[in-house]
Amino acid sequence: MRKPITVAVALLALTACGGTTKSSTEGQNTPAPQGTAGKADPNAPLKEGLKIAYLPKQLNNPYTDVEVGGGKVAVDEIKGTYKLVGPNDASASSQVSYINTLIQQQQDVIVVAANDPNAVCPSLNQARKAGIKVVTFDSDASKTCRDAFINQATTQGIGESLVKMASELAGGSGEIAVLSATPNATNQNSWIEVMKTELAKPENAKLKLVKIAYGNDDDQKSFTEAQGLLQSYPNLKVIVSPTTVGIAAASRYVSASSYKGKVAITGLGLPNQMRQYVKDGTVKKFALWNPADIGYLAAYAGAAMSSGQITGAEGEKFKAGKLGEYTVGADGEIVLGPPTEFTADNIDKFNF
Amino acid sequence: MSAELTQTRVGRIANWNVAIIAITVLVLIIAAASVDSFGTGQNFGFLVLDLLPIALVALPMTLVIVTGEIDLSVASTLGLSSAVMGYLWNANQPIETIIPICLLLGAVLGAVNGFFVTVLGLPSLAVTIGTLALYRGLAFVVLGDSAVADFPAVYTDWVTGTIGSTPIPNVLIVIVILAAVFGVILHATPIGRAVFAVGAGEQAARFAGIRPGRLKFWLYVASGVIAGLAGVLWTLRYSSARADNGAGLELAVVAAVLLGGVSIFGGKGALPGVIAGVVLLGSLQNALRLSDVSNEALNVVTGVLLIASVLGPNLAGKLRRT
Amino acid sequence: MTAVQLTAARRNSLSVVLRARELGIVIALGLLVVVTAISNPRFLSGQSVRDILLNTAILAVLAVGQAVVVITRNIDLSVGSVLGLSAFTVGTLLQNNPGLPVVLALLVGAAVGGVCGVLNGVLVRYGKVPALVVTLGTLYVVRGVTYFWAGGSQINADELPPGFLSFGNASLLGVPVLVLIAALALVVTAIVLRNYRVGRELYAMGSSPQAAQLAGIPVGRRTVGAFLVSGALAGVAGVLFAARFGTIDAAAGTGLELNVVAAVVVGGVAVFGGSGSVWGAALGALLLTTIGSALAVLEINQFWQQAIVGGLILLAIGADRLVAVRVAAGLKKRGSHVG
Repeated sequence: MRKPITVAVALLALTACGGTTKSSTEGQNTPAPQGTAGKADPNAPLKEGLKIAYLPKQLNNPYTDVEVGGGKVAVDEIKGTYKLVGPNDASASSQVSYINTLIQQQQDVIVVAANDPNAVCPSLNQARKAGIKVVTFDSDASKTCRDAFINQATTQGIGESLVKMASELAGGSGEIAVLSATPNATNQNSWIEVMKTELAKPENAKLKLVKIAYGNDDDQKSFTEAQGLLQSYPNLKVIVSPTTVGIAAASRYVSASSYKGKVAITGLGLPNQMRQYVKDGTVKKFALWNPADIGYLAAYAGAAMSSGQITGAEGEKFKAGKLGEYTVGADGEIVLGPPTEFTADNIDKFNF
Repeated sequence: MSAELTQTRVGRIANWNVAIIAITVLVLIIAAASVDSFGTGQNFGFLVLDLLPIALVALPMTLVIVTGEIDLSVASTLGLSSAVMGYLWNANQPIETIIPICLLLGAVLGAVNGFFVTVLGLPSLAVTIGTLALYRGLAFVVLGDSAVADFPAVYTDWVTGTIGSTPIPNVLIVIVILAAVFGVILHATPIGRAVFAVGAGEQAARFAGIRPGRLKFWLYVASGVIAGLAGVLWTLRYSSARADNGAGLELAVVAAVLLGGVSIFGGKGALPGVIAGVVLLGSLQNALRLSDVSNEALNVVTGVLLIASVLGPNLAGKLRRT
Repeated sequence: MTAVQLTAARRNSLSVVLRARELGIVIALGLLVVVTAISNPRFLSGQSVRDILLNTAILAVLAVGQAVVVITRNIDLSVGSVLGLSAFTVGTLLQNNPGLPVVLALLVGAAVGGVCGVLNGVLVRYGKVPALVVTLGTLYVVRGVTYFWAGGSQINADELPPGFLSFGNASLLGVPVLVLIAALALVVTAIVLRNYRVGRELYAMGSSPQAAQLAGIPVGRRTVGAFLVSGALAGVAGVLFAARFGTIDAAAGTGLELNVVAAVVVGGVAVFGGSGSVWGAALGALLLTTIGSALAVLEINQFWQQAIVGGLILLAIGADRLVAVRVAAGLKKRGSHVG
């Protein structure tokens, strides 16, 4: 080991007098190119034959399938070419390879759900330099490397409705726990932050958030984590799982265990996956927006940008087919609308 | 080892090396001719960046496998190096200090493998499966599930950038230099001859004055250092330090090395073949992806190639003998 | 390295050592349970023990199969992929034929796995390709085939017949049926390995392949047979997986091979073949699963789990080596000649 140590010491000596640290480079990192900024022309016609590619976090996820399914419908409506690619593991590095491939294939729009807000950035900016419009959905990338973000609902709205449902199910007081996806999933964390703010309010003083567990959006892991929560917290009243994988796994565990009826499950879930547990009484209510509309709106937003109707600046308006007119918000955010609550009474009206 | 035997062995290795290089060149030509934009400069850059970690780690892995051992912990070493890099960067350490620390860390992790294998005499397969879990676990302990970003643009731009206005990526320099170093060591120095001798028969090598334990120990250290370097480059390329970086890469590396004609039993192999193996896997992956062939097909192709690379020569040998 | 005349003596001292070896795991397991239970008594509640046993069942079935292969000085890395293929096959089959009896589902799973196992065995034995290479290859191929076939679809619990799902939760005399199936696989394999000629031949092959061949053991058939067992058990594990989790996609069981090999190694089966028992392998699986549950209960950062597993593997092989050296030294002292 003599040699590496010598080298390391030499390098240390070389750099002892000041190097590049995180604080010394703060804010210096190159800001993104501002797209091919031109002026928006709201009356420009929507181009036909646009090549629109969807790159979700990973394939083989029922929720994602519904989202991109809505995207396909929209792309067909505007006579574009739809393409779906993606990794089988939810890793950022494999997403980068796919973005590079899409650049080579000269797509017009990339609709992406980022597995890591930063890791995909350099590639997305390369895409934008090549004239490709980048729309994010589900999980945003850094603001500096995409043109628009389709937000399924405002972060505030989701956080509030999660706490409201938990409070109703707990009868206003008791222990609650959160079963999230991965600890650095952007969307999950911002909802959890809002939940914490809400729980700090006096009307929720009797609700106690005892633990945030992470099931990594992996069915088996979520299942085991739900199991662990119930063992560690015997007085738990509600598990709030703001992810479709987590809520389904937790419900399945509880429905077949001795905890059924004692612990309530709520959060964000797919009606088709949850129907069984709503019918057998494990789950009283949960919420979600219509995921198909997210993919649908993303296609229209991308097409509007590619046609020059909008640039992604705040206040611009565009039409999104059957969903009607949308306005671009601050930082290029486009909000889909409020979530729907599902209960035993209305669940049969939904099929996704 | 009779002279005749040596000669036929050399002959067979040369044959396989020529074959794999020929196949690789053929694949490259077909891909360039039939796949749109496979041959563009930008795509070349993407291709090199994608195969960078496998190419680097495969170099010392070749030497390790030629001695008859294996190192399955490389991807976890890469991940731990990346995690430590993120941790130190968050702790506001200068990057010029962090990078050598990560290389040193790689050396230490490699030395731990080397210690278990050579000093305690434990089977390397079991040891490195153990350290595969251990190092990856430590990476998660260090960084948890969080990601550290915002590495200095000077460094990240260099890793993703190209030489001047040519389409040649900067990191290709790193690959070429290290490949040359390992190639010369394996094929033109006494160390290389010792590596082959130990792989062919440890007892005989010992009688020839070689100290197999010491040799293997240093090969594991080299493997660790290169994996640590791959972790640094990986982190800079994606500008994201994460504990799960490079997970599962060890299988791709072993696949590339074996595809390159190195015998898993040791004693046989050559570096040009390994490099061809890496390029073959990487460009097939790239070309298939550009042709919208799914990831699934890639899995099947990798697996079949891997088995075929050993089965093919075996069957050919059998046919020749009968 | 082993002199033939030593075999008998060695087996005796080895069996003592091995018994001690398994005892070591039991003691470690006992300590773990006691410490965890003191900090949180609910760890020993019926539901908790049930969960641990259910989680162990799948890993243990895989570990038993793996042990059989490792004893013959081979390895089977394809088990995770085979489990996925079997789970998806059986899931699809049940989706289309809800009336299919569970026994038939188990047989189909075993058959799917068995075919994969025979493929592995034939390539290893008759293609003269090392097991590590073959099964690494089939790990990719089988997983790829499953992805191809599933094409992004997922089988949800509500698409599986209720009869099959209740089989996943059913109990017999308070013991979950899945656990009983795992126990059955374990006991049968253990008896065959210990008391039957075929079993002893597998050990002989692992100790010295050349000697086994010279002694007239049909090494080819036995090798294929060992892989067949490992594949078939991985197939059965796939059915158990489907019944237990209800949700099946093409990624089921990804990366499981590492845990299985870890369980086997921790359980005292030597990677160079010839020694160890399926009891040890199953105990290894139980220990690893219990550690996972205990960490959750003790609220130790879940990130430590993998590192602990890694450390355990190193500890286990290190301890085995130490014991082997002691035994060899002891034999030497008694005047035997060790070659």
